[in-house]
Amino acid sequence: MKLRAVITISIYAVVVVFISFWMAKQAYSWLPPEASAESKLIDDLFSLFTGLGTAIYLGVMGPFLYSLVFHRAGKYDMEDGPHIEGNNFLEITWTATPLLIVLMLSAISYRTYEKMAIGGPMELVHHHVPQIIEPAYAEPFDSTPQQKIQEAVETEPTENIVVTARQWSWTFYYPDRDVSSTELHLPVDRRAKFTLRSEDVIHAFYIPAFRVGQYVVPNQEIEYELTPVKTGRYRLRDSMHSGTYFATNQSDVVVQPLEEYEQWLADASSRTPTPAFNQAIYEYSQASNPGAGSTKDKVAIRGWATIPPAPAPVVNFSTQQPPDSPASGGNAAEGQKIQKAPRQVPDRSTPDYSKLQ
Amino acid sequence: MTNISISPDEITRGQPYPGAPDNWKRFFTFSTDHKVIGIQYIVTAFFFFLVGGAMAMVIRSELLTPEADLVDRTVYNALFTLHGSLMIFFWTFPVLVGLANYLVPLMIGARDMAFPRLNAISFWMIPVAATLMLASFLVPGGPAQSGWWSYPPQSIQNPTGNIINGQVLWILSVAINGVSSIMGGVNFVTTIFRMRAPGMTWFRMPAFCWAVLAAQLIQLYGLPALTGGAIMLLLDITIGTSFFRPENGGNPVVYQHFFWFYSHPAVYVMVLPVFGMFSEVLPVHARKPLFGYRVIAVSSVVITVISGCVWVHHMFASATPPWMRMFFMVTTMLVAVPSGIKVFGWVATIWGGKIRFTTPMLFALGGISNWVFAGITGIFLGSVPIDLHVHNTYFVVGHFHYVLYGTIVMGIYAGIYHWFPKMTGRMYYEGLGKLHFALTYIGVQAIFLPMHPLGLQGMPRRVASYDPEFIYWNVIASLGGFLLGVSVLPFILNIVSSWIRGPKAGNNPWRAYGLEWLTTSPPPVENFEEIPVVVSGPYGYGKNQPLVANQARLGTIEEPATS
Ligand code: HEM
Ligand SMILES: [Cu+2]
Ligand SMILES: [Cu+2]
Repeated sequence: MKLRAVITISIYAVVVVFISFWMAKQAYSWLPPEASAESKLIDDLFSLFTGLGTAIYLGVMGPFLYSLVFHRAGKYDMEDGPHIEGNNFLEITWTATPLLIVLMLSAISYRTYEKMAIGGPMELVHHHVPQIIEPAYAEPFDSTPQQKIQEAVETEPTENIVVTARQWSWTFYYPDRDVSSTELHLPVDRRAKFTLRSEDVIHAFYIPAFRVGQYVVPNQEIEYELTPVKTGRYRLRDSMHSGTYFATNQSDVVVQPLEEYEQWLADASSRTPTPAFNQAIYEYSQASNPGAGSTKDKVAIRGWATIPPAPAPVVNFSTQQPPDSPASGGNAAEGQKIQKAPRQVPDRSTPDYSKLQ
Repeated sequence: MTNISISPDEITRGQPYPGAPDNWKRFFTFSTDHKVIGIQYIVTAFFFFLVGGAMAMVIRSELLTPEADLVDRTVYNALFTLHGSLMIFFWTFPVLVGLANYLVPLMIGARDMAFPRLNAISFWMIPVAATLMLASFLVPGGPAQSGWWSYPPQSIQNPTGNIINGQVLWILSVAINGVSSIMGGVNFVTTIFRMRAPGMTWFRMPAFCWAVLAAQLIQLYGLPALTGGAIMLLLDITIGTSFFRPENGGNPVVYQHFFWFYSHPAVYVMVLPVFGMFSEVLPVHARKPLFGYRVIAVSSVVITVISGCVWVHHMFASATPPWMRMFFMVTTMLVAVPSGIKVFGWVATIWGGKIRFTTPMLFALGGISNWVFAGITGIFLGSVPIDLHVHNTYFVVGHFHYVLYGTIVMGIYAGIYHWFPKMTGRMYYEGLGKLHFALTYIGVQAIFLPMHPLGLQGMPRRVASYDPEFIYWNVIASLGGFLLGVSVLPFILNIVSSWIRGPKAGNNPWRAYGLEWLTTSPPPVENFEEIPVVVSGPYGYGKNQPLVANQARLGTIEEPATS
């Protein structure tokens, strides 16, 4: 190989490595705040994939663009290029390299998955064997202080919160205190346990700030665990299309210090259950009642038949407001004003690449 | 096939049978000529591309604002359901089958497909099935609203109570499409196995034909599963069986297995022929042989096999036990290997070549670059922990549109521009073609790139309204979508006007290798006056060797006679 080519390739390689590291760091800022222990694990993995993905992308696109720029035919050049059909060495290299990369990525993903120990539908296969889903935070995953998370994971878990998904509402039931709510409250730094149930179709329990989504399948009780580690108010969304008012099937998650959480439970248990406001029911009544009570966002075209929404959940606690009440912005689609947790970019010096070696 | 002697006069006309119309009217007959059927497929598919595209424009308009304020939610659900269904079942499949129909017999030196009548029947089922699907706009409850995958129990909920409802019509339409595809699969596989010209060994067969073979094999093993699932779903809706009905003990997750066992490989039914087209277009316009031809050819078949073992990656978040999550994570990521082989082969093909930026070449290059991007985000999705976060968010929508639009649609454009002179005998207008490319390429990035940050931030797919925090990227995506809508206009203008009075192209305007370029443009009925006898591989650039032994007697008529 000519010296010039060697130098060019080396410089390009350095640039690629540099950009890939930079992208890997940026990747954290594309994600919601890291509000659960699992989210830290997933973000590290995502950052690693982003870094490697960038390197692969630039590694392929570099030569590609180079030849597009420098290997063009002259205007009157009617000749053919060199007759090169293949090269065994190259072909073996570029089969083996991706193979190694994907095997490595699978192995790393597997490790992350094991550490997450989120439970999930494994209970279908065997009955609860605690050792198997024992959270595996034995070794610190990266340079961030893991001590707190580790402690959190090892704390006494919360009582089993029963999550019920319906067309189209979420209800959270705390059996020990006999409290039900349309808003999910969780204590910070404690392992949270859920039993996920659906009363009609498939829904999905998805809190982007916690990262882990899980289908909620009718006829199956799915055990599910995760550990919130950051106080704040987050969004819970149904991420599995569940019919007409699917987009409104959202709720809030409040992660709060243990005392506040206990206080909230106590307050809620003293309230008498009342039917909560429900966006789907509200819109359904508007649509089946054209003319009456039209709002500025009233639907432009009358749609087709729909499954009537399930009755509003009767709960001790609900903050959801009808759109025309003064407490909300008066916005039907938004349903309720939510306080957004400020966007945070976790401060982290360098992503950990030790896994690569 | 025996040699039928046809007078040169008849050859130029392209009549499917004596007395058949020899002008544009032949496209409206039950022709059994694979070239007529090919064009019937392509033009029909384009019609549904435009219909599905119009729906996409409404979808993107709705998503310009966070509120559900343009169409009712039921209408929105019907729109994305039919958008996806039309695009998959009535645009991508048919247009690719059309191109393969046109090209495969010509490329392997056959006079027609193995079963010409079956071929015609396969085609005519498409407009019937598509009409049935669109007719669901007229039934009382409106079209299906449960997405193109129609997961039960949502899809078996029937608010109208009628037996004839949008969902039932949807299933029937998909089933008819499936039968058509199975018949097509049998036809292609038989044709490629049995009808190759003398001397055309497996490793002298163009990469495109390898890819079509690999894709059609998937249809044969996969479609029965989909059809089975669809029939069970139909029974659940109509006569109340409980295969998937949870209240009577059915298991809706089983449907997901049936569905994805076919519908993941279906992605490769769509993308493999496009890979094949990249492999044909690049050598011609870079004037070099396809690098690593044998490996590229075999990798298509490897993809066929691996893609049959990855379907659970669509169900990682479903009620899937951990061992399944892990097993299918590994198999999913393995598909990157044969796909990567192809990409490297293409890069090596253009490396050191004499590249010409013709419109087909631009579309092929653009398609490959989008495929590299989509492949990488695909690896992200294959990783279980990452998928648990982005599953069913806009990240997925962005990823698969990079495949479907960025790679497949752009590849189809590359193929159409490349073989347009062969199909019509006329040249398209380069300027309009380049404009079309520029609008498409920019449009694809502008709409589908913003979907990735949206998904990472947690915006679910299939929502008619969204939280206001997502406005920013949605507005950009919608504007990009409208640009993409505009991008088809120069294409239609170009194709229609140059088909009618574009400059004459001659038989081989690209000076390309490949049997299809040895005959006239457009090719006569039965394609070749004399069956070619192949003596070397299909990519002889830079070597100056004959491709067939009887070249002198093949394309005797240089210019088609004009009427
Ligand atoms: C201008 C062009 C296009 C635009 C603006 C567009 C936009 C969209 C949007 C906004 C969605 C809804 C995503 C969601 O809410 O889940 C969607 C879904 C979909 N699109 Fe496209 N798309 C375009 C072209 C295509 C093409 C060419 C194909 C296939 C070849 C395609 C296949 C699909 C499929 C399969 C779905 C999923 C439908 C479902 O979730 O049931 N799209 N598209
Ligand atoms: Cu267990
Ligand atoms: Cu798949």
